[in-house]
Amino acid sequence: MSENPALTKTTEISRDEAALLPPTDVIEDAGGITLYADLPGVPKDKLTLQVEADTLTIEGEVALELPEGMESSHAEVSLPRYRRAFTLSRELDSSRVSAELNQGVLKLRIPKAEHAQPRRIEIRVD
Amino acid sequence: MYYRSLFPRDLFAELDRLQRGMQQPFDPNPNIRGLTRGFPALNVGGTSQAVDIYAFAPGIDPATLEVHLVKGMLTIAGERKVDPVPDKATLHIDERFAGRFRRVVSLPDDVDPNAIEAKYRDGVLHVRILRKEEAQPRRITIQ
Repeated sequence: MSENPALTKTTEISRDEAALLPPTDVIEDAGGITLYADLPGVPKDKLTLQVEADTLTIEGEVALELPEGMESSHAEVSLPRYRRAFTLSRELDSSRVSAELNQGVLKLRIPKAEHAQPRRIEIRVD
Repeated sequence: MYYRSLFPRDLFAELDRLQRGMQQPFDPNPNIRGLTRGFPALNVGGTSQAVDIYAFAPGIDPATLEVHLVKGMLTIAGERKVDPVPDKATLHIDERFAGRFRRVVSLPDDVDPNAIEAKYRDGVLHVRILRKEEAQPRRITIQ
């Protein structure tokens, strides 16, 4: 098991289309994990979230209002696409993922499965 | 120049190293971390009518963004606050920028400092500065 039990990163990225890797924060608490990803320039309808087996893929297309005939003189965001894949732990319940996209920041909440939730065991005194 | 054996023990490892060395200049993401260069990332472009600057600054209240134009220098400054990690939670990956930022762009001489507009949408600040009237291309009518 790696140092990060809830989420491990995959380097496997499909090579067909080059994409930028969005900066991400991942926070784990007792109830699940929260993932924040910076996807500036991606509108809601151009964002794709996919869970396949245990892989979560975030993919977004940048849609900017570019004036006609614009010549780029300097570009730090050099590709119009973001993509990142994560391997989800089996502890997580991928069927109950909730997602919010707000001003270019994606917030994903993935709760832990019922069996992985912390439980307090009552002690009975007879 | 570092020493390398003339007879590498593992030919495939050598080939792999060679291939990676050639791939690197073309690969936009040579490592597995998200991009963490200057914040916000800037794209600059222009047409004959205007100069367009795009600052990729997601998750910021536009009211707290400061855009100044002083003596042909455009400054974009602000602060990005990230929610603090709650108690009993673990931060596994921490790549997103947090804190104060400032970026300065020197503009060409032919821009009009009074014709500037800034828009913030989907986490991207778009600053558009029109070029001066006399610098715009014109068609001269022949009488």
